[in-house]
Amino acid sequence: MDKEKHFTDELWDFFCSLKLAIITLILLATTSIIGTVIEQNKSPQEYMQNYGMSESTYKALDTLQFFDMYHSYWFLSLMGIFAVNLICCSIKRLPRIIKIVREPTLVADDNLFRTFSNKGEVVAEGTIESVRDKVVALLGSKFAAPVVTEQDGKVYLFSQKGALSRFGVYVTHTSILVIFLGAMIGNIWGFKAYINIVEGKSVDAVWPRAGQTPIPLGFEVRCDNFEVTFYEGGGRPKDFTSDLVVLENGKEILKKTIEVNDPLSYKGLTFYQSSYGPTGDPVYSFRVKNRETGETVTVKGAQGKRLALPGGTALTPLGYAESYQNFGPAAQVKIGTGAPFIVMKNYPQFDEKRGGAYSVSLLEATQSYYTGLQVAKDPGVWVVWLGCLLMVLGSCGAFFLSHRRIWVSIEQLDKGIGVKFGGNAHRNQPGFVLYFDELTKDFNDTLSS
Amino acid sequence: MNSSLLFNVTTVAYFAAMVVFIVYLTSANKSVGFVATLICWVGFIANTGAIGMRWVEAYAMGYEQAPLSNLYESVVFFSWSILLIYLIFDLKYKQRAIGAFVIPFAFGGMIWAQWSLDATIAPLVPALQSNWLTYHVITCFIGYAAFALACGVSIMYLIKVGKEERSAKDSPIGGILGMFPSSKVLDDLNYKAIMIGFPMLTLGIITGAAWANYAWGTYWSWDPKETWSLIVWFIYAAFLHARFTRGWVGRRVAWLSIFGFAATIFCYLGVNLVLSGLHSYGG
Repeated sequence: MDKEKHFTDELWDFFCSLKLAIITLILLATTSIIGTVIEQNKSPQEYMQNYGMSESTYKALDTLQFFDMYHSYWFLSLMGIFAVNLICCSIKRLPRIIKIVREPTLVADDNLFRTFSNKGEVVAEGTIESVRDKVVALLGSKFAAPVVTEQDGKVYLFSQKGALSRFGVYVTHTSILVIFLGAMIGNIWGFKAYINIVEGKSVDAVWPRAGQTPIPLGFEVRCDNFEVTFYEGGGRPKDFTSDLVVLENGKEILKKTIEVNDPLSYKGLTFYQSSYGPTGDPVYSFRVKNRETGETVTVKGAQGKRLALPGGTALTPLGYAESYQNFGPAAQVKIGTGAPFIVMKNYPQFDEKRGGAYSVSLLEATQSYYTGLQVAKDPGVWVVWLGCLLMVLGSCGAFFLSHRRIWVSIEQLDKGIGVKFGGNAHRNQPGFVLYFDELTKDFNDTLSS
Repeated sequence: MNSSLLFNVTTVAYFAAMVVFIVYLTSANKSVGFVATLICWVGFIANTGAIGMRWVEAYAMGYEQAPLSNLYESVVFFSWSILLIYLIFDLKYKQRAIGAFVIPFAFGGMIWAQWSLDATIAPLVPALQSNWLTYHVITCFIGYAAFALACGVSIMYLIKVGKEERSAKDSPIGGILGMFPSSKVLDDLNYKAIMIGFPMLTLGIITGAAWANYAWGTYWSWDPKETWSLIVWFIYAAFLHARFTRGWVGRRVAWLSIFGFAATIFCYLGVNLVLSGLHSYGG
């Protein structure tokens, strides 16, 4: 029985120890590297090809769950130990901190004074009461209003500042647990999915990233229009936007033009612009001039179709580029059975130089697009933000504030009224030393006069 | 006057400051230390002006973006951040000697940017067009800069502490090492720098997560950059706890700070140059 208790005590101490925290943090740091070196969640073929792995190496690493390591049992266990460590530390240390803050030592005896590295003494004139009032006023204006205790003919003062900063560390620790909780909520009740919507079409279900069955939305999303713009003189996309409409029972509920960095949210689901692509063949319109006669006609039609020209031959659009070598929209066409050539929308005269019976200019090309949307549902995200907020507040308390305490004892001596004062800070000692030097001056100035 | 001229002034000033700091260590002449600090200020002002002008130049080209859009701009901003943190520490703690171990990081950044990085002002890809970019980059880089200072101070600590242990207790250490602050002061400066860097890195990770959630719908996706920032966070969290643990105080803590900065540099540059992922466009 005695031995068993010994073991549980040891286990408890193990989970409360700072050493465990340091070792867990270092282990988390080093093991995390694995997943940044080996790309995660690829197919077996990709690993064997891209990394030149043999099948046995692949199997060994797969058993170690290195291909999805951030969700592996061993990594999550490490995170679990980290969480248990945080909880145990807090349970062990919090009661003492609460006691320090809620039940401060109000009476500083000589033993306590001996522990202070910052202290001073003054002998003042007057009565205990008058000196007490002066010191109370001094502390009140320079530091914090003191608690006065009278005991055995002596007067003791205690005042403190920043007591709550003692909790900064624990708020920070709790915040990590809150973030873990938020992540778990998101993992259990949320999902990540994607959907492609062709312009003019609507969808009522999305495809989860992991899984084969679509998730019904309970409403419809329609894409009225998709547009992509490019930076001038370059093929770099400047922006792409989709005009989305949310429909319930055929009724339009919400309209929004979304773009990268500006999503649409509805009923806990968020739709993010993530990609786009052409769908179906573009429809063109060209102006064609017969060089000999000067006769000009406008022809319209889809890609691959033979668009009849006066004179018996035909123009066939072969392909389209939204941004052709920095020159803007361009089409590849051929006339009759001739060689293909390029015409550009922004340079209508360009084809004049080609020669041949006709000169062609591109008036318009309409390409239908699909818009690629990411769909996310994460009911835990607010819990994560709450955790982040706690972490910022807690860190501020833990790093930038300190709990400063001042004790004073006033007693009748033969030569006058003896005033002893001392104090400490639980952090930033050098800063407190400077502060205490100032306070010592104030004590001397106020009481010696 | 344009930004590239000012960037050259910055580079020359940081180089000069570095040299004068080394002269200060060998000569032990206080006014030399003052001159070095003065040159730091000149460089810092030039660096600030250059970044400001680049901002104006981008707007003049029609790009409404902060000058934090590519690798070149981020490296010169990193040098700026190091100087900012260094000068704050210089004003507050007046330990001139650490300049010799901190300014080289800023100079290294500037010379690398000037010599081999593409300084063209290019428009931002859609994914980066967000105000979050500015908050995210500024918080991260102030953190990185504080870690750079902590690393420099830790190197000084490791050099100094060995000498202190070997020399007799009461005989003062002369020469260059005599110019170093005592190992106790260096250890304290290391801690103070990380006390600034760690919350800033935390804010940087949080703003990054908030932005990712806003733009991509997921606040954390274990992409290499995110993971490395977390690795850095873990190392400095270990540092902060090690300072209160017997057996870890002193040399081991200084090494943690150096490893932390090495991981920071890998997070900042290595991930982009060696690994691939969501941040690959960011440079």
